[in-house]
Order: sequence, then structure tokens, then C-alpha cells
Amino acid sequence: MLCNICHKDTATVHLTEIVDEKVVELHVCQRCAQSKKGLIQEHFDFSGLVGAFADEGDDKGGPQLKCANCGLDYQKFKKIGRLGCKDCYLAFKALILPLLKRVHGSARHQGKFPVSEKSKMPVESRLNRLKEELKKSVEAEEYEVAASLRDQIKKLEEESGP
Amino acid sequence: MFEEFLDNKNSWINQGDSSPGVVFSSRLRLARNLSDFFFPSCLGPEAVEKLIDRFKDPSSYLGGNGNFAFIRMADLNVIDKEFLLERHLISRNFFSMNKGGLVFSQDERVSVMVSEEDHLRIQVVEAGFNLEKGWQKLNKVDDQISQSFDYAFLPELGYLTSCPTNTGTALRASCMLHLPGLILTQKIEKVFNFLNKISFTIRGLFGEGSQALGNFFQISNQISLGLKEEEVIDNLTRVVTQVIQHELDARQALQAKHKISLEDIVWRALGIARNSRLINCKEALAHLSALFLGIDLGIIKDIEKETVNNLFIVIQSAHLQKLEGKPLNRNERDYFRAEMLREKLN
Ligand SMILES: [Zn+2]
Ligand SMILES: [Zn+2]
Repeated sequence: MLCNICHKDTATVHLTEIVDEKVVELHVCQRCAQSKKGLIQEHFDFSGLVGAFADEGDDKGGPQLKCANCGLDYQKFKKIGRLGCKDCYLAFKALILPLLKRVHGSARHQGKFPVSEKSKMPVESRLNRLKEELKKSVEAEEYEVAASLRDQIKKLEEESGP
Repeated sequence: MFEEFLDNKNSWINQGDSSPGVVFSSRLRLARNLSDFFFPSCLGPEAVEKLIDRFKDPSSYLGGNGNFAFIRMADLNVIDKEFLLERHLISRNFFSMNKGGLVFSQDERVSVMVSEEDHLRIQVVEAGFNLEKGWQKLNKVDDQISQSFDYAFLPELGYLTSCPTNTGTALRASCMLHLPGLILTQKIEKVFNFLNKISFTIRGLFGEGSQALGNFFQISNQISLGLKEEEVIDNLTRVVTQVIQHELDARQALQAKHKISLEDIVWRALGIARNSRLINCKEALAHLSALFLGIDLGIIKDIEKETVNNLFIVIQSAHLQKLEGKPLNRNERDYFRAEMLREKLN
């Protein structure tokens, strides 16, 4: 088996861990295991990633951060790699945003909104979604649905102004 | 408890279609948290009870039509919990936690773990390669639950989860694939590398170590933020379609170049499965995988695919114990497993 990092040498270090319901595995060569410790943690163990990343946060005022709602502090966050409540996302924003960018390549939600929050969805996203639905319903020859979607789109466009 | 599941003829286990059996099932889950509770890692036992209490009556938030039931994990014995694990209704993590509750539909297609790593892990399973259909159903269930509960959500970050790796859509979509061709042709390595590079996860399905027993693998998305749910599903669909093609190519190559060796593997597997008196789970899965491949390739004609499909599930430890109606030690399990194979395959 080849090393998961350099894809060149034979993997001799095998790491396995159960995270979530998943068996996470990493197979690396001796050289990469030595030289890429940080990267291994990123691939392998999320709490390790948080820890490694938070080390950078040490200089960015990380140690002063604490969630007033649930009481989670910087040290514990570093240790368990889990957040304690929804307000943690605000309290640790300075650390979490770069982390999200690193993990997902983006820190901006593009997905659905809960039914009760739909009105808070940016108008542009709502319009895009409605237009996609419209396209689908026309393709499916659901003209009643399509008509209602057209009305919604028109209304939204009028509301949001030119 | 749960004996009725054993009769679930239309559950995800049975593919129902005759397409080449590469994708066994499609599974999607959403992580959701309520806005007025701390996340589970910061919840004390009393708060967990309060949280569970809110979900103990599924008809109040899911309607009466789905035929939903609720159970507390603490009320179950080990075999029952292992049984749920083997049917993929709960996660390994949840299995070992021994707290929280489970909401499930009688057909097992919809289930909700309450107080796992997040307050809710809502899951939908479809037989075969059916991600889009699964998403439509999951989306509906999620909307329905959100009418009764306030989710932790920020417009810019999406659904807030205990672990930042799930934030955003909090959607994990996965397919369970049977990949004997890629194993036999030793191409699985390439697939692993390719998937890792494009941020998808692949792992062996059965067992805990690095081995993929029965040649079953699960492929899932890693990225949950910055994409629409439909895009997550589309991307996974595209990736899985490619892997299926590689698997079919590998099977074709085997048939073209190693016909006799391939037939030998299949017929030997059938010989052992039909005649052994003691067989452990690992060995049984390996032979069932070969049988499954043999049926797919038309080498074996007198065994139904569904029979083998079902055997993959019921030869597991807790299933055997359920079927026998009593706890069994390892030796007894090996005995009943062999008996089960003989009975179903002869
Ligand atoms: Zn290497
Ligand atoms: Zn907090």
C-alpha cells in the first residue's frame, strides 16, 4: 500500500481511529510520518486539527476566548475539538472561520434554511432557488406549480426593487 | 424487541432492481441541533433526559403516517443495540454511548438518533443507487421536524453542529458499494487515492480495522459548507458513477483474462458456504462476496440475489442471536451461521 500523503513510498505507519460512526484510517510512509505531522493530524484526527490550528490561535488572543453561554473555554475547545453550544460559533469566531475555510474550502453557507428562517435568506439565493424549481416544474410539465412559482419570483423581484 | 425488522421485505436490504449489484444502498443524514440546549458534549444527564423527552412522541412532530416509534437507548440490552448497529440504524459512536434515544419508522428507512454528537442525526436510507430520492425524503422530514423545533442556525454559516467539520448543510451523503472487481484486480488503491484527493471519504464497511470485509465500501462527502445540498448530492453521484464504471471495467477484465480463476473463486465459495459446519463472520462475508459477484456475472444462476443480499445482514452476530432467540457464544454463533448458510443456499 502506498503512502496516502506522498503517494510514492510504501506506507509503514498505519493509523486507525473511530470518529463519529466512521473508521478513519491513514497509511503513511516513515518519512511523511516524520515530516508532515501537522498534515497528518489534519487528515486524521479532527480534534488534533483543532489543537494544531489553535496553536496558531495562541498568538491571536485565543486563550482569552470563552463562551459566556455554555462556559466552554479555549483550552477545552482545543482539547475536545467540539463546540458546546450555538453561541460558541460567535465566541470562537476568530478561530472557527479560518478553520471552516481550511476544512470546507469555504465559510459561507449556500444550503437550505429552516422553514422559520426562510425570510432571512438573501433575496438573490431565494430567487435562484425559485428559478431552479421553476425550471424543474416546467420540465416535469407541472404547470400549476410553475405558475405559482412564477408569481413568487415576480413578487420577490418587485419587493427587492430594481 | 425489533424482531419485526427481520421480516422487513421491502427495506433497504432488498435492492428490488436487477441492475448490476455494485451499489447496495444510499444513505443520507443531516445533523441538527436545537437552539435552546447546549450541544451534547456539554449536556449533563438531566438535560439529556429533557432533550429526549421532547422527541419521545414522534407523531407530534412527524405526523402519524410514518408509523414512527421511539425508544431510549438505556432501555435496550446489548444484543438489541448491536442489532440496530448491524442494521445501520445507529452509529458505532451511539452504540457505545448508552444514552439518548432513537426514532425510527417501521420500514427502517427513516431514523433519528437523539443526543448523539448532535441533538439530532436524521437519516434516510434507500436501496440501490438512489441519492436524489433519498434527499427528497430527508429534506421533507427535516422540514417537518423544523416546524416543531427551533434549530441552531446562522444565515451565513448554516446549521450549527457540535463539530465544525459538519457545519453548513450538515449533510453527509454516502453510498455502500460492493467492489470485488477492484479488489481482485488490485486497483482499489488507486480509487482510494483519487477519492482522498477530491475530498471524498472511502472506508471499509464491515469490521473495525483496515480490512474491508466482504469487499464492501462506503463512499461519502467530506465537504458540507459552501455548497447547496443538491450540489453535494450531484458531486457524490458523479463520483460514485465513476467508481461503478471502474468496478464494471475490472469485472470485465477479469472475465476476459482470468475466466477460469474467477469461476474457481465463485464455485469454491459456494462449495464452502453450502457445506461448512462452523464458519466465522469474516470468512462468511468473503464467500458471500464471491457469490454475489458470481450471480452478477451470470456464473451462478440458481441462487437469487436477494438471498445473498439478505445473508450479508443476517449472518452478523446480533442477528444470529435474535433469530435463535438467545445469547450465543462465539462457537455457537459459528455453528448457527454455517447452518444458516446451508439452509438458505441449498
Ligand atoms: Zn510518504
Ligand atoms: Zn458555547
